[in-house]
Amino acid sequence: MVLLALAVLPAVLPSYQVSVVTQVLIFSVLAMSIDILAGFAGRTSLGHGAIFGVSSYVAIYWSSTLGGDIWIGIALGILAATALAGVFAALAIRTSGVYFLLLTLALGMIVWGVCLRWTAVTGGENGLRGVGRPAFIADHASFYYAVLIIVAPLTWLMWRLVHSPFGLTLRGIRDSESRMRSLGYNVPLHLFVAFVLSGFFAGVAGGLYVLFNNFVSPSTVQLSQSVSALLMAITGGVGTLLGSFVGAAAIIVLENAVSAYTARWPSVLGIAFVLIMIFAPEGVVGRARLLLARRRSRSSKPDHSGG
Amino acid sequence: MMGINLFQILNGLTFAALIFIVASGFTLIFGLLRIVNLAHGALYLVGGLAGYSAAKASGSFVVGALAAMALVAALGAVLDRGLLSFVRGVELRQVLLTLGVAFILNDISLVIWGGDTFSVPVPAALRGAMWIGGVMYPKYRIFVLVLGLLVFTALWLLLNKTRLGALIRAGVDDPEMVEAMGINIRRVFLGTFMLGAALAGLGGVVGGAFLTLYPSADAEILVFSLAVVIIGGRGSLVGAALGALLVGLLNAIGQVMFPELAYFVIFGPMAVLLAFRPLGLFGRAA
Repeated sequence: MVLLALAVLPAVLPSYQVSVVTQVLIFSVLAMSIDILAGFAGRTSLGHGAIFGVSSYVAIYWSSTLGGDIWIGIALGILAATALAGVFAALAIRTSGVYFLLLTLALGMIVWGVCLRWTAVTGGENGLRGVGRPAFIADHASFYYAVLIIVAPLTWLMWRLVHSPFGLTLRGIRDSESRMRSLGYNVPLHLFVAFVLSGFFAGVAGGLYVLFNNFVSPSTVQLSQSVSALLMAITGGVGTLLGSFVGAAAIIVLENAVSAYTARWPSVLGIAFVLIMIFAPEGVVGRARLLLARRRSRSSKPDHSGG
Repeated sequence: MMGINLFQILNGLTFAALIFIVASGFTLIFGLLRIVNLAHGALYLVGGLAGYSAAKASGSFVVGALAAMALVAALGAVLDRGLLSFVRGVELRQVLLTLGVAFILNDISLVIWGGDTFSVPVPAALRGAMWIGGVMYPKYRIFVLVLGLLVFTALWLLLNKTRLGALIRAGVDDPEMVEAMGINIRRVFLGTFMLGAALAGLGGVVGGAFLTLYPSADAEILVFSLAVVIIGGRGSLVGAALGALLVGLLNAIGQVMFPELAYFVIFGPMAVLLAFRPLGLFGRAA
């Protein structure tokens, strides 16, 4: 039903809103890629903005600076993002909790530093402009459908991934690493594979973003990218996967609404972060689930008057 | 190999002294309160800018530095008591909350000071250059080096030779036990948080005089602080000093050899170290 609603969207919405929904779809993929690690492996990453951005950089560098084919560029971008995720993973999987967060943050910021300073390749602060979308997806509606056609199966893939035996193992690692180790699971290997897969999905989001935005600059890889994507995952509800769509929609709509009135979006993002951390760390979908579960347990035990 | 001479080594050492001043505050808070304060870079920037304004208005570098430390310590107190107390004990939520605060502070500083580049005025006595081992070297940077050593000594004495230091060290190992002995550990925590924040403010003024202050300076100094703490280990003063030395020198060498990729050079030692000691040189499991 949701899919049906999404399918008729361009017919009923003006093109600006269609492009906002397209953006939501793209960033949902990034948020879900973070949720795979944060929600199912218990590893909160602040380096995914960098992985996402490197995919965009490589795709634009290939298609615009080198004049290559855009699809090959995007494929190379996704490959580069996956490889970068492999490097991040190799360094970070031995840590957990705050250390993992710090490491991915530091690694992501090194990528940002390189993108900012390596002017010869990245264009420095000016960034790189792409070659534009291929003609058949040039207008808003057809690009929207193209993104939808890619995002739908990707979402299904991620859903399958976190509900597969592999995903269950990740959840086991999240809940108790030592238990999984003594059961004979190769914990580092599972985390490594999860990180690399997550990087692949973030890379795909980066590739779609190239088509969407046609421009990449250090602000694409900077910390606020990782932060807002993580905020989307958290707002939706960490560990719900599909909550990322709700989170991405909430953050992007908020950003568009705020930007219409003021240039103080970073402040609003910061305040949103602080408020969510204090009042609703389980996110919208997580909160809804909690309430549902509470109601269900209450209706099954009518004499229970707590609550 | 291109000449790595005394001049570059001095550059590395003075930069190391600056990042030590900033990172020591960061690691102090991390070590005792188990709080990774990602607003530390923003405190550096706000401190530097406030110090710049105060120094301009009063004509005195010292007044600027003191004003910056006082303001940033007060901000630290607000952050600790006002916001972090809501999420006490949940590490990840604390970190992410400080990240939100970092965004807010950075944006506020953009509103107040605009996006320009500022340079804190250096006191007259420290202007110009002096001869050191056959090189002409800016006096001010030597002052930064000395200040870094002073901060290290003062912190070392504070932690190892005073009652407060003993409390802080005991708090790092076992806060519940310290509390059980009738000591108000919350007050020690708050004091430590303010001290750590004040060090960021001091760093902002000191660094603002030779690195200049601009809107993304907070992120850059934060990366260096993170690298120093990741290398040195949580809460270790000696670790922070060694980490700062390593990062500062590598950064200086990197800037000479690969000017565009200097940032990447600090990545190397971090990677190697993490492969062998995930908790850093002097890190202990929490």
